[in-house]
Amino acid sequence: MIDTVSIATRPVRPAIAGALRRLPEYLMIWVPLLLSALHLVSFSLWTIWISFTPSTLVPVSGWVGLRNYTAVAASRNWQIAFDNLLLFGSAFVLLSVVTGLVLAILLDQRIRGENLLRSIFLYPLAVSFVVTGTVWSWLLSPGIGIQKLVHDLGWTSFKFDWLIDRDMAIWTIVIAAIWQSSGFAMALFLAGLRSVDADIIKAAQIDGAGPIRIYRRVILPTLWPITITVIVVQLQFAISAFDLVRALTNGGPGIATQLPALVVYDLMFQRSLLGRGAAAAVLMLLILLAVLLPYAAWRYVQRRRAIHA
Amino acid sequence: MRDRTFAPSRISIYLIVLLIAAAWLTPLVVVVLNSLRTNEEIAQASMIGWPKHWAWSNYATAWSGFCVAETCAGIRPYMLNSAFITIPATIFSTMLGAIAGYAVSLWRFRGDTWIYGIVTLGLFLPQQMRLLPWTIVLRDIGLINTLTGLVLIHTIQGLSFTTLFCRNYYAAVPHELIRAARIDGAGFFRIFWRIILPLSAPILIVTVIWQFTHIWNEFLYGVTFTSGQQQPVTAALIALSAAVADIPQHGVQSAAVIIAALPTLLIYLLGGRYFVRGLTAGAVK
Repeated sequence: MIDTVSIATRPVRPAIAGALRRLPEYLMIWVPLLLSALHLVSFSLWTIWISFTPSTLVPVSGWVGLRNYTAVAASRNWQIAFDNLLLFGSAFVLLSVVTGLVLAILLDQRIRGENLLRSIFLYPLAVSFVVTGTVWSWLLSPGIGIQKLVHDLGWTSFKFDWLIDRDMAIWTIVIAAIWQSSGFAMALFLAGLRSVDADIIKAAQIDGAGPIRIYRRVILPTLWPITITVIVVQLQFAISAFDLVRALTNGGPGIATQLPALVVYDLMFQRSLLGRGAAAAVLMLLILLAVLLPYAAWRYVQRRRAIHA
Repeated sequence: MRDRTFAPSRISIYLIVLLIAAAWLTPLVVVVLNSLRTNEEIAQASMIGWPKHWAWSNYATAWSGFCVAETCAGIRPYMLNSAFITIPATIFSTMLGAIAGYAVSLWRFRGDTWIYGIVTLGLFLPQQMRLLPWTIVLRDIGLINTLTGLVLIHTIQGLSFTTLFCRNYYAAVPHELIRAARIDGAGFFRIFWRIILPLSAPILIVTVIWQFTHIWNEFLYGVTFTSGQQQPVTAALIALSAAVADIPQHGVQSAAVIIAALPTLLIYLLGGRYFVRGLTAGAVK
């Protein structure tokens, strides 16, 4: 009897002791990872849940179905924000990809001072969007900025008042956003240009191809995976843009430069319509997923192909 | 293309690059010059101009003089707030991320792929999806409108980035190294301390620069979860422009903007190489 008990317990004791001894490392590994993972999952579900409740000032339980979503989608604020996002997103992404690519190609010409120039194009990324937005709001404000300078220089009929022009104000955000993040596109493109196989270029040169032809036919086609990555990252920024707009136009004049992130903030914390704010946040997430899911699928196919090749 | 002899095209390349570089530097130059001009001088002319009198006093006023929301202590308290948020959150998130990345890449444990996958989703989840839950959680644990609350948020949210950076870096460490150390009886922490940490300088620099820049520049959480004297400097800058909207003080405001941007700009100047590495690593994922 005694023997069987001791046999039964013998393997258990060291296991417990071992687990206790390894407790600090389990805690160190699991506590941060679990906190991070749990907050991501539970906070997302929580926000989604609130979006289906009639919550206003404080979260309350209850079920209103899609009513918050239809209310948000029907509001002028959201409609303008969504149209602006389409315009801002496509213009900003297109122009920053083009600017970044042009800068990368220019810097790839073995020019002097490449490091210095690269740092100049990248420094805006180290600065907060609040600072960028504030400074650009000064430069673009007709009363004190570029327009005033040109007037003082004598050209008094010069007009550059996009910042206070309802139809053009969204373009001031495009300008500031391009200034802030083209350097990022440039850095990725430059890395791509530098990794093009030198032998292929040499072969094309021997075949008598000129520089422009080599770029168009040989080098640029290798860059398209990078281009897609740049586009997705920039779109991700455009969809959640908040600080820059807050500092530059604050959604104005009127609500002309409203964007989804500003609508969310406005609904949640200025109008205290938590249910609708949560619904707008979920709509933002859906827009983001519309970009990220195809990208993830594309990445998956690329990886599979790379493994099989 | 890689041709040094064809002069006219080389000259035009230089011209174009220098022109764009000048455009990129303009906002910085304008703000620096404005920070040295008096408010009156700017009001009479425009934001773009050379200082007539070097108004160094703008910096003193911006640092400790002007008023935001009825307190006239300048930008100093908000700079300190930002420092007290950014420095601990950067250290905590980097340390915990390094250990988590080390565990996920070199130790493998049950459920590691799953939990790592979920943690990296944090790179994509918009902040807006977490605003309300954080508000409620911070209020319930009594950390709303405190610097500690923001340290907590940035530590937990930063883990997504720091774990990813470190895991990808440690994935290149040969497993034989770990196996040999385990056979010699070294445990989890001992291997981390003796073998992994000495190899980690490059990735830790990248992670610290990335985290510091992001947390210092963060605005949405700062403005949502703190108010008044507890705000970080990004939120205070917005409050400042709102406070002086009637009688703008562009000289002082420019000095405040420069001061607020200085920490991350300095880090960029000192560690540019690592900054760019973090940028591309964060993008390619």
